[in-house]
Amino acid sequence: MTSSALLSVVTFVYGLAAFLYLTSWIFQKETPGSLATWVAATAMAGNGAGILLRWVESYRQGIGHAPLANLYESLTFFAFMISAIYLVIERRYRSRVIGAFVLPLAFLAMAYASLSPNISDRIQPLIPALKSNWLIAHVLTCFVGYGAFAVAFGVSLMYLLRKGRAVGSLTAWDFVKPVAVFASVTLLGRILQLHSWGGAALIGLGVCFVGYASAYLYRRLDPALKQRLLDRLPDAKMLDQLSYQLIMFGFLFLSAGIITGAVWANSAWGRYWGWDPKETWSLITWFVYAALLHARMMRGWHGRRIAYLSIIGFMAVLFTYFGVNLLPGLHSYGAMGQ
Amino acid sequence: MNQKEDVSADLAQSIWQFFASLRLTLIVLLSLAVTSVIGTLIPQNESPAAYFRTYGEFLYRLFDVLDLFDMYHSWWFQVLLLLLTVNVLVCSVDRLSVIWRVIFVKQPNFSVDRFRQRKNRREMFVEKAPERIRKSIVRAAGSGFARTKVEENDQGFVMFAERWRWSRLGVYIVHLSVILLLVGGLIGSIFGFEGYVNIPEGETVDEIRLRNSAGTVALPFSIRCDDFSISFYASGQPKEYRSRLTLLQDGKEVLEQDILVNHPLRYGGINIFQSSYGEMGRPAPQIRKEPIRTAVLTFTSRQSGMVYEQRLDVGEGVDIPEGGGTFLLEAYEPSAVFRGQPIGEALKGRLTPPDGEPAEVLLPLRFANFDKMRKGSFIIAVADVEPKAEAAAPPEKRFYTGLQITNDPGVWVVYTGFVLIILGCFVTFFMAHQQVCVEVTAVEGGSQVAVAGTANRNRLSMDTRIERLAEHLEKSLGGDKP
Ligand code: HEM
Repeated sequence: MTSSALLSVVTFVYGLAAFLYLTSWIFQKETPGSLATWVAATAMAGNGAGILLRWVESYRQGIGHAPLANLYESLTFFAFMISAIYLVIERRYRSRVIGAFVLPLAFLAMAYASLSPNISDRIQPLIPALKSNWLIAHVLTCFVGYGAFAVAFGVSLMYLLRKGRAVGSLTAWDFVKPVAVFASVTLLGRILQLHSWGGAALIGLGVCFVGYASAYLYRRLDPALKQRLLDRLPDAKMLDQLSYQLIMFGFLFLSAGIITGAVWANSAWGRYWGWDPKETWSLITWFVYAALLHARMMRGWHGRRIAYLSIIGFMAVLFTYFGVNLLPGLHSYGAMGQ
Repeated sequence: MNQKEDVSADLAQSIWQFFASLRLTLIVLLSLAVTSVIGTLIPQNESPAAYFRTYGEFLYRLFDVLDLFDMYHSWWFQVLLLLLTVNVLVCSVDRLSVIWRVIFVKQPNFSVDRFRQRKNRREMFVEKAPERIRKSIVRAAGSGFARTKVEENDQGFVMFAERWRWSRLGVYIVHLSVILLLVGGLIGSIFGFEGYVNIPEGETVDEIRLRNSAGTVALPFSIRCDDFSISFYASGQPKEYRSRLTLLQDGKEVLEQDILVNHPLRYGGINIFQSSYGEMGRPAPQIRKEPIRTAVLTFTSRQSGMVYEQRLDVGEGVDIPEGGGTFLLEAYEPSAVFRGQPIGEALKGRLTPPDGEPAEVLLPLRFANFDKMRKGSFIIAVADVEPKAEAAAPPEKRFYTGLQITNDPGVWVVYTGFVLIILGCFVTFFMAHQQVCVEVTAVEGGSQVAVAGTANRNRLSMDTRIERLAEHLEKSLGGDKP
C-alpha cells in the first residue's frame, strides 16, 4: 500500500472516530465512547505510519526528505498532532466529550488533504530554498503549536456552549454583531479579490444566515435535551484551565516555530525578518495569544472573553496557514530576490 | 515649593503607573495585531506607479499619507513598538523590584499559617509518635525538592520543602528577550545594510546596490563570480543553484567558496547569499545613446475628453487648447526620482494654468498613465520620442548570479533573544515555585499529620501532588502499629 492510499483510509477512520465521539456525547452512551478512543488511537497510529511510509518512499524515489515539505504533508502532520494531543488529554482528564469537538478537526484536516483537487499528494523533490535542516525544525515546531491551538479552540467552543448565555433583552450589541460579521466577511472576500462586491456580499449574507439559523435552531432545542447535552460537558472551570494550559504549550511551540523560521530565513536569504505576509501573519497570531496570556491576569478577564480570544487566535492560525496564499502579493513562494 | 514637588511626583507616579499597566499591554498587543494585517493586504514597497494603477488616485493619496505602502517602517507603527518596549520595561522593573526580594532571600521564612488555609490540605491520624515518623516524612515529602527544613515545636514538628523559587524570574527573562529582539532589530537597521548585486560569470564587483534606497555601498573586499551553475530534477523543478565565488582583498585572493541557497558565505561580518540568477543580455536591454531631443505629447482634456497631439522639442513651449494654459517641455532626465522613488527616464515639463502658479510635471517613459495622478484638467502623456532607444548589441550567452549581501551587527542580540525567549517561556509555563508543608502534632495515641502545598502557578498539579503524598503517607505510615 502506498502512503497516500494509507492516509486516505486514515481519513475515514478519523471520520468514524469523530462520529463515534459525537454519538456517545449526544446519545450518552458509554460503548461508542470507549470504541471511539480505540478508533481514534488506530487512526493516529495509521496517520503516523503513513507519514513514516511517505518518508521511506521519498528515499526510494531518490529524492529523500522528511515529509513536511508541502501542503498535503503538513496537513497530514497537523491531523496527527491534533489527535496525539487530544489523546493525551483524554487520558489525563478522563473525559471523552472533548473528542466530539476535536476529532472532527483532525478529520477535516485529513479530508481536505486527501480530497481537495487543489492539493497534490505526489512526493515532490525539494526546491533549493527548502533544502535545510531548519525546514524540519520549523514545520515540526509550528505544527505542534497549531495542534495545541486547534485543541484549545475546540475546548473554548465547549466552554462557550457550557457557559451559555441568558437570552435576555436585546442590547445594541445584538444589532451591531450581525452587521459587523456581514461587513467583515464581505470586506475580506473583496480584499482577497475572490469575488466581485456582489459575490462577496452574497457570501457575507450566507455566513450570517447560516450562523444565526444554527444559533436559532440550537435555542429552539428541547430545554431538557439541551441541559442533558450540556451536563455531559466537563465543568466550565476545568475547560478554562485546560484551554489555558494548551495555549501555554502552543505559545511555546509557536514562538519556537517563528524563531526557527527566522533563523532559516537568515540562512537562506540573509534576513531573519522581512515582513512578508506569512511571517507577518504568524506574528499576528503570536500577538493575539500573547494578549490572551496577559488578559488572563487582568481582573474580570477569565472565562468567556478568554474563550473568544482563543477562537480569534485560532482563526489567525488558519489564516496564517491557508489564507496567506490568497493575499494579493507580488512575491511568490521561494522566488525571492529581485 | 513643596506642593510643586508633590504635584510633579504625582505626575511621575501616574505616568509610571500608566506604563506599568497590563491594560496598556493588551491594547498595544491587539493594536499591533490588527494594524499588522493592513500591510499583508497591501503589498509593501512597490513602485508608486504600480500603486497608482491598482488603487486609483484617491486611495493612493490616502494610503500614501498614512504611510501604508511601507507601514512596518512608518512612524506610527514604530510608536506602537516603542510603546510595547517601554510598557514591558516599566512593567518588569515595577514588578521585579517587588519580586526580587522574594526570589533572592537567604533564609526563606516559612509560615505554617499560610498552609493551614490551603484548600488542598489533607489531614490524617497516624498511630505513631511524631519522632518515630519523622524520617519517613522528610524523605517522602522532600523528594525532588531542593530545599527542606524542619522546625521543632513542643507538640511535634513542621517540615517545609520548596523548589524552583527562581522560576518566578522566567517571565522577566521573556520580557527581557522581547526587548533584546527590538533592540537587535534597531541595531541592524541603523548599523547594518541589505543590498544586492548581479555578477556575470568571470566578473568582479566591489560595490552593491542597497535594497530599500537608491544608494550603493562599497564592500571592504571584491567578489568575483568564477562560475554559476543550475541543475534540475527529472521533473523539471530546479534542484540546485550554485555559484563559485572568490573574494579578493587588495588584489589578492583570500577565499574561494561555493555558495548555495541555504549555504551562504560569511566573511568579515558580511554575508553573501545566493538569491537569484539570470542569463546575460536576454531580453536585450534598450540603450539610449543620446538624450531625447524631441517628444510627441498628448494632452487629454478631462472636461471634453478630446485628445490633442503636439510635437515639441526640449526647451519649446506650447499653448494648450480649450484654454488649458501653457506647457513648456523643460528637460530630459535619464534617471528621475519621484517622492524618493527612482522612476527611470522621464521628461520634465512646466505647466502654467491660465490663472495659477506654474507647476512641475514629470512624465516617466515607463508609466504611461503617470500624469493622471496629478488630477489636472489635462492629462499629459508621452506618445513618442526622438531619438529612439536602440537594442544593445546581440548578447553573448552568459549567466549572472544574483547575490543578496547583508551586514547585520544586531543579529547576535536577536539570536540571544531567541534563545532566552524559549528558555523563559519554558520556565514560566512548566515550572512553578512550589512549597510543601507537613505539620505533625502529637495527639493521644499517635500523631495528627497535615499536608498542604502552594504553587505560584499551575495549582492543579500541586493539588495532585499533595493528594499523592497524602495517600503515600497514609499507606506507608498507617501500616504498622506502634
Ligand atoms: C510581545 C511582548 C510580550 C510577551 C511575549 C510577553 C510574554 C509573557 C508571558 C509568556 C507571560 C507569562 C504569562 C502567564 O503566566 O500565563 C507574561 C507575563 C506577564 N507579562 Fe508579559 N509579555 C509581553 C509584553 C508585556 C508587556 C508590554 C507587559 C507590560 C505591562 C507585560 C507584563 C506582564 C506581566 C505583569 C506578567 C505577569 C508576571 C507575573 O506573573 O507576575 N508583558 N508575559
